Amino acid sequence: MDIVLQQLVNGLTLGSVYGLIAIGYTMVYGIIGMINFAHGDVYMVSAYITAIALALLTFFGIESFPIIIVGTLFLTVAVTGAYGWVIERIAYRPLRSSSRLSVLISAIGMSLILQNYVQLSQGANQQGVPTLLTGAIRFSVGDGFVQITYMKLLILFVSILGMGVLTYVIHKTKLGRMCRATQQDRKMASILGIDTDKVISTVFVIGAVMAALAGVLVTLDYGAFDFYVGFIIGIKAFTAAVLGGIGSLPGAMLGGLILGLSEALFAGLISSDYKDVFSFSLLVLILVIRPSGLLGKPEVEKV
Amino acid sequence: MSNAVVRKTLISLAVAGAVTLAQADVVIGVAGPHTGAYAAFGEQLWKGAEKAAQDINAAGGVNGEMIKLVKADDACEPKQAVSVANRLVDSDGALAVIGHFCSSSSMPASRIYDEAGVLMVTPASTAPLLTDNGLPGVFRVCGRDDQQGDVAASYIVDKLGAKRVAIIHDKDTYGKGLADAMKTTLNAYGVKEVMYEGLTRGEKDFNSLITKIRSVDADVVYFGGLHSEAGPLVRQLREQGSKAIFMSGDGIVSDEFVAVSGSPEYVDGVLMTFGAPPTSYPSGKQIIQEFRDSGYEPEGYTLYSYTAMQVAVAALANNNLDPIKGAEWLKSNSVDTVMGVKDFDEKGDLTVSDYVMYEWDAQGKYHQIN
Repeated sequence: MDIVLQQLVNGLTLGSVYGLIAIGYTMVYGIIGMINFAHGDVYMVSAYITAIALALLTFFGIESFPIIIVGTLFLTVAVTGAYGWVIERIAYRPLRSSSRLSVLISAIGMSLILQNYVQLSQGANQQGVPTLLTGAIRFSVGDGFVQITYMKLLILFVSILGMGVLTYVIHKTKLGRMCRATQQDRKMASILGIDTDKVISTVFVIGAVMAALAGVLVTLDYGAFDFYVGFIIGIKAFTAAVLGGIGSLPGAMLGGLILGLSEALFAGLISSDYKDVFSFSLLVLILVIRPSGLLGKPEVEKV
Repeated sequence: MSNAVVRKTLISLAVAGAVTLAQADVVIGVAGPHTGAYAAFGEQLWKGAEKAAQDINAAGGVNGEMIKLVKADDACEPKQAVSVANRLVDSDGALAVIGHFCSSSSMPASRIYDEAGVLMVTPASTAPLLTDNGLPGVFRVCGRDDQQGDVAASYIVDKLGAKRVAIIHDKDTYGKGLADAMKTTLNAYGVKEVMYEGLTRGEKDFNSLITKIRSVDADVVYFGGLHSEAGPLVRQLREQGSKAIFMSGDGIVSDEFVAVSGSPEYVDGVLMTFGAPPTSYPSGKQIIQEFRDSGYEPEGYTLYSYTAMQVAVAALANNNLDPIKGAEWLKSNSVDTVMGVKDFDEKGDLTVSDYVMYEWDAQGKYHQIN
């Protein structure tokens, strides 16, 4: 029993990270109908910025944990957000009126550029950051125990907060209204006076910010990263976005949670050899039954 | 000295230099993961080979000709290994290759060297199949995974007396091969593992796997794989409160293991099988000192790479720069290296295996313990 509960906790925290990153895929797809394949690498960049921010803060003699974590979050989110903006500006905006295929190739190119640029400038080696927050809450269940580390709690808290704030912004604010209008019909929105280029830039920045939140937390939790770390987690988050219905914000969160939980439960109760086989089979199955994903709306061809 | 004399001297020096360069035609490839997640090992290979080549050139070269090294980067990917191997034999005209690092790269590359009649001496690829394939020109100056697995399994049974062993591997040629070799010996001792599973290379979250290790109540966790996964694995193991002894092979013999685990406290007590320390060879001590004086700590496979270069050069020098004759020669002659006298058997393996057990401490350093 304690093992099943522990696996649920593992899956929940993993899933919330997938969900955070999936938001970047889903929002960009929602607004310009393309998959931003460089998104996983934006996450990777944020891991490096986390380490640099940590080093900077410690260099200035700051040692209290709350200040370090908030400072690192702030710095990383700001710099990664800027990356998101620049990437959109140089890799996607010039291709705004080209076919979807060119934009897709540009995205893959951007991903390779980011990987190689980080590898060349930071070295190909594995990097690590020290542990900042240790300790865990433990509940005894039967003979065993279920535990959640403080770091994992922080991940859950920040993910839920981030998703909550974003949902509020999209549904209740003027910016959100502009995003939704652009998503519905970019041409019409621009005729009605919305600067759609600006909205699209904003969406890229929001996606990058969410990836940066995940990047800071995961880097601090696992400690290890390298220039290639964005690839696997990017594919997983993309899967989560498709699973939940690409283009749908709650879908990305739901997809992330389902993917995280199914991975943890399958690996923990059956076999970790085949956990990816299982997760991706699940994706195929859901897409066969519901081609638009769990919460996605079927795409209507506009005439 | 007048200006003209200085200029003349400089010009003649430059000409002399050019002549030496033109003679530099013993090309030796150094193949390994010079980039990618395992670049730390590629650097060890390169530093060792580079120093050996410098020392040999300073002592007069190979039969009077200078060694020219060519760096070949396989990024630990089999496909890339094949293409750099082709490049080494076709366009660079290498006579011998030091490498590769990853067994999964060495294996396909060895066939290309075999076809081209190039001598291959790997400092680090330990998969048994590499030499069991029966290619005549393949040698290694490290041990084999079955020898390494033997040492690990007998330590677990004899010294630790553990009954509940969980075996984890990374599904790679090296990692799974090592885990399987350990498992075979362990089972032969009558201990059946309580868990045997693979993880995915490149992932960082192993929490669900570790919860499972907790649920089978393992005393020892044996990991076949490299430090990039071993680091997060041991950290998450400790974070989930497991006190199981963590043991692995030579895939974690790098300072990066400490870095990726987050803090030296997590690697404290980790056991590792690796070849006997080079300091135990009198001839190795001086080289280690020279490395340190130049500001480089020759950890892991650095001296193995130095040794591999000495072996390759001895084979070429004694056989008129003919790699095929050199390979035959190696099987019946011993080579004096910085890691002692090396003898090879018919397959190209060392006749004497020197695996011992090391333990990592709370300062993030490793020491031999038996």
